Amino acid sequence: MSANLVLLITIGALTACGVYLLLERVVSKMLLGMILLGNAVNLLILTMGGPDGRPPVLGSSDTSHDGMADPLAQAMVLTAIVITMGLAAFVLALAYRSYMLTTTEDVDNDPEDAQIAARREREDPEQ
Amino acid sequence: MTLSPDLLPTLAALPVLVPLLGAAATLVFGRRPRLQAMISLSALSCVLVISALLLYLADRDGTTAVQVGGWSSPIGITLVVDRLSAAMLLVSAFVLLVVSIYGAGQNISDGGENQPTSIYRPTYLVLTAGVATAFLAGDLFNLFVGFEVLLVASFVLLTVGATEERIRTGIAYVMVSMVSSLIFLIGIGITYAATGTLNLAQLAVRLEATPSGVRTACYAVLLVAFGIKAAVFPLSSWLPDSYPTAPAPVTAVFAGLLTKVGVYAIIRTHTLWFPDGAFDDILLVCGLATMLVGILGAIAQTDIRRLLSFTLVSHIGYMVFGIGLATTAGLTGAVFYIAHHILVQTALFLAVGLIERQAGSVSLRRIGGLAAASPLLGVLFLIPALNLGGIPPFSGFIGKVALLEAGAAEGSVLAWVLVGGSVVTSLLTLYAVARVWSKAFWRPREEAPEGHLTAAKPPTLVEDSTDVYYEDRTDPGRMPVLMVLATAGLVTAGLALTVLAGPILGIAERAAADLDDPSVYIGAVLGSEPR
Repeated sequence: MSANLVLLITIGALTACGVYLLLERVVSKMLLGMILLGNAVNLLILTMGGPDGRPPVLGSSDTSHDGMADPLAQAMVLTAIVITMGLAAFVLALAYRSYMLTTTEDVDNDPEDAQIAARREREDPEQ
Repeated sequence: MTLSPDLLPTLAALPVLVPLLGAAATLVFGRRPRLQAMISLSALSCVLVISALLLYLADRDGTTAVQVGGWSSPIGITLVVDRLSAAMLLVSAFVLLVVSIYGAGQNISDGGENQPTSIYRPTYLVLTAGVATAFLAGDLFNLFVGFEVLLVASFVLLTVGATEERIRTGIAYVMVSMVSSLIFLIGIGITYAATGTLNLAQLAVRLEATPSGVRTACYAVLLVAFGIKAAVFPLSSWLPDSYPTAPAPVTAVFAGLLTKVGVYAIIRTHTLWFPDGAFDDILLVCGLATMLVGILGAIAQTDIRRLLSFTLVSHIGYMVFGIGLATTAGLTGAVFYIAHHILVQTALFLAVGLIERQAGSVSLRRIGGLAAASPLLGVLFLIPALNLGGIPPFSGFIGKVALLEAGAAEGSVLAWVLVGGSVVTSLLTLYAVARVWSKAFWRPREEAPEGHLTAAKPPTLVEDSTDVYYEDRTDPGRMPVLMVLATAGLVTAGLALTVLAGPILGIAERAAADLDDPSVYIGAVLGSEPR
């Protein structure tokens, strides 16, 4: 199987940007990161289906139809796109709700964790 | 009356189909809560009966594959019913039904006027369908779809009511789950590129022929994805943060089932693709770390639900231990332990829901004196708590002994370290639950640091986080009958696992023997001729 180098580099760049954005605390940036990452994965699966410009009719294991791309990869990408889109909408709704309740869209630390850490310091000021 | 083997193909798709149809019906009747409750309870009862039949048939006739849609095996959609998947399905169906009864008790007795029940029940049924799909899936992409269905349903259930706290944890949970799903997809992509198939059985055949480096890479990516879902250390820190904020029945069912689906996926892929044991040592080390880190986290907690979430993480380590041993005995222990842990962990979370009703809080800083206030609640908490800690004669003890024996029989240094780690974890678990017992049940409420405070209202689906004085609340101490009955049912099921340990271990042993020999699975799915 041969792969398209430009596509692979694009996938790498998208993944890197996606991971970078995911590490943010602001929900909309995290969402953008997730979408970039999702697109990178979709491109990756598409690349697995064979070189571009070929009609998707038969599987890649099929040797008598050399000019075909693999339809299964494309079907999988369709499923993945739909799932990512639905979840992006859900995250947007969460971000909006978070903004309504707190007027920020940052994700805070767990208050219970902070409390336990504070308790430890109180009990044991030397450490 | 004997059941014909032809029944199995007819039944196999129903655990997915029935809850989905039920979800549609409950959506239609969204404005009639009682009818909705009836529909969802009958759908879940159907799934329970069907799973019991499936387990009986699978245990009698062995692994069977069903081609949905009539296309033959590597191309069509395959559902596989073997002893492991049928057993998982049965335990899950039972837990889902019991928790649903518990939820019904909670809502009916509270009037349920302002509670978002109309979305709760359909989503709960979709979650059931997702869990069933994941257990029955015979190809990797179907497994992915099953995971997505149950995850999306879990997102909705976790953020139901959309309070500030739930939105905060919900965003983190959604992001972590999405990343794990995307990693899963990357794994699917590269596996497909390497082999040209996603059918689990055909993959097992073709991966034999691929270079071992490629095989290891494919499996490593998938293992990370499943590890996040199963909450195996170091991928576990999302769990204790997100589970405790959800409504009591939701937390219970998440804790019982969702991580186990991840463990199931690890068992399935590990035994099918790696019968020769690469990755076993990594799994063992991760299992040890999961046990110890989880239980040490549990000891530090004051909120009982968070404490239990940490013990949940910790006990995932036992299952990973069993898988990592890669012997039939180890897998037997792991399968038995999964069944035990689903029942016990869910029972504990349900009991915590009752504590919340009885005492108005679940923080160890606030509650006390429960043993005197409600001896019944004391029994309902103590039995599963001792069971979790592995006190004989409860099933936790049987499961742990099975794992320890398997570890000792395997005999490597790492296995012995794990045996030691399991014993320590078991003791620390006992310490953690004993701490809850002595603070919440034995200590008088007046001695608790914040014993005079309590939450303003009993929580159902939406919680009210305002604090009021304990004396001002008139309703603590009222535990709805259905909630108590459901919890008691689950505790009894946990005890039944002890009484029936012989036959159940027998099923687990036969399931493990099937898993140990991938040709059984491959033969059932692809037929006898090699492809």
